[in-house]
Amino acid sequence: MEKIFEVRNLFYQVGETKILKDINLEIEQGKYLTVVGPSGSGKSTFMRILASMISATTGEVLFHGKDIATFEPTKYRQKVSYAFQQPTLFGKTVRDNLAFPFEVRKQEFDESKVIKYLEMVNLNQTYIDKSVNDVSGGEKQRIALLRNLLFQPEVLITDEVTAGLDTENKAIVHKMLNEFNQRGLTILRVTHDETEIANATDKITIKDGVLQNV
Amino acid sequence: MSNLTVSNSTLALGFSLVLVALVIGYVEKLRIDKDIIIGVIRAIVQLSIVGYVLKFVIKANDNWLTLACFVIIVLNASWNAAKRGNGIPKAFQSSLLAIFVGTTITLTTLVLTGSIKFVPAQIVPVTGMIASNIMVAIGLCYRNMKQTYTDRHQQVLEKLALGADIKLASLDILRDSIKSGMQPTIDSIKTLGLVSLPGMMSGLIFAGVDPVKAIKYQIMVTFMLLASTSIGSIISCYLGYKQFFNDRKQLRDE
Ligand SMILES: Nc1ncnc2c1ncn2[C@@H]1O[C@H](COP(=O)(O)OP(=O)(O)OP(=O)(O)O)[C@@H](O)[C@H]1O
Ligand SMILES: [Mg+2]
Repeated sequence: MEKIFEVRNLFYQVGETKILKDINLEIEQGKYLTVVGPSGSGKSTFMRILASMISATTGEVLFHGKDIATFEPTKYRQKVSYAFQQPTLFGKTVRDNLAFPFEVRKQEFDESKVIKYLEMVNLNQTYIDKSVNDVSGGEKQRIALLRNLLFQPEVLITDEVTAGLDTENKAIVHKMLNEFNQRGLTILRVTHDETEIANATDKITIKDGVLQNV
Repeated sequence: MSNLTVSNSTLALGFSLVLVALVIGYVEKLRIDKDIIIGVIRAIVQLSIVGYVLKFVIKANDNWLTLACFVIIVLNASWNAAKRGNGIPKAFQSSLLAIFVGTTITLTTLVLTGSIKFVPAQIVPVTGMIASNIMVAIGLCYRNMKQTYTDRHQQVLEKLALGADIKLASLDILRDSIKSGMQPTIDSIKTLGLVSLPGMMSGLIFAGVDPVKAIKYQIMVTFMLLASTSIGSIISCYLGYKQFFNDRKQLRDE
C-alpha cells in the first residue's frame, strides 16, 4: 500500500515546553488508525500538525511523499480534513453550515446532495432550515461531520468526535465513517472511548509527547 | 466679531467647570482625576501651540507649509489609531495608508468641486476634521477585530480546517469590524440637528453666518465624513485581518 503520511523527527515546542518529541511514523493509505494516550499527551497537537492547522517546530511531514509545507494550505486542508471535538455551527441555520463546503469550492449549493448526506446520518431534509440553536448536541456533531465529508477528502481526522454522544449517536457516526473508510477514505481517529479502542485494528499510543509503539 | 472674545479671566472662571468633573470623579471613586488633569493640561498646551502655529501658517499662506501640516496631521492620527491596534502587526502602516487615502480622496474632491479652497485656513482645519474621524473609526475597527477574533477563535479555526481561505474564514468578522468603524458616523448623521448642532455649523453660526448657509456647509461635512470613515474603515480592516494569520494561513496564537 502507498504511504499517505510519512512523519520524520517531528518536534513541536511552545516556548520552552516540548509538546511532541521526535515523532517518526508512516501511515498507509486507506487505514483506519486509532490514536490513543492520556489527556494532555499531545494527540490533538499531532493531528493539528497533520491537518496543517499548526506547523511543526522541526522535522518533516510528507503527504504522498511531498513536504506538506509545499502544498497550498487551503487545497491541502480540503484533502486532509480535521473534525473538532466540540464543533460550533456557523451562521443561523443548518443550511449555512452545509453550504459552507460549497462556498469554499465556489460551487452552487446542491440541495439534493445535501439531503442524501443528511439521510446518511439519520437526519431528514427538514433539518436544512432548522436554526443552529434548535439542534441537539448529537445532531450538531453529525452536521459538523457532514461539513467535512460533503466533498470527500483523502484523509479525515476525527478528534474525539464521539465523546459526549449517546450509544445511538455513536453508532450512527461509526457506521458512516466505516462506509467512507471502505470507499477509500483514510481515517485518523483520536479517542478515549473504551469500546472504540477495543474494536480498533490499527492503534498508536502517544504518551508525554512520545510515540510509544508502531 | 467682538461677541466671540473669550478673555483669559473668563477662561480661568471656566476652569471651575473642570472642578465639577473632578469632584464627581473623586466622590464616586472613579479614579479618573489623574486622566482629567492630564487631559486638561494637554488640551491647554496643545491647543495653545496649535493656535500659534496655525496663525503663522495661515499668515504665511505657503503651499509647502500647508502640505507639511497635512502630513503631520495624517502621521499623528495614524500613530494614535495604531495604538488602538496594539497587538495587530503593522497597525501603523495600515492606519497610515487608510488615513492618507481617506483624507486625500475627500480633500481632493472638496477642492476640485470648489467647496473649499487650497488655502491653509481651510485645508488645515478640514484635514484635521477628516483625519480625526478616520482615526476614531480605525480605532473602533481594530478594537472590534481583536475582540471578535478572540470570541470566534474556534469558528475561524473550523472554517480554516474545512479548507476556507483566510478571507472566507474571516468574512463575518470583516463585515462586523467595518460596520463598527462606520457606525458612530452613521448614528450621528441620524440625529444631526435634532440633538446637536455639530461643531463646524455651530462655529459658523457663532461667527454670524446665516444658519441656512451654515447648514449647507454641514451637509457637505456630513458627506465628507461618511466617505472618509468608510474608506478608512475598509482599508484598515482589509489590511488588518490578514495580520491575524501567518503565511501558512494558520491563525496566529497570541
Ligand atoms: N499553544 C500551546 N501553548 C501551550 N501549551 C500548549 C499549546 N498547545 C498545546 N499545549 C499543551 O500541550 C499538551 C498537549 O495538548 P493536546 O491538546 O495535544 O493533548 P491531547 O493529547 O489532545 O489531550 P486530550 O486527550 O485531553 O484532548 C497539553 O499539555 C497542552 O496544554
Ligand atoms: Mg485532544
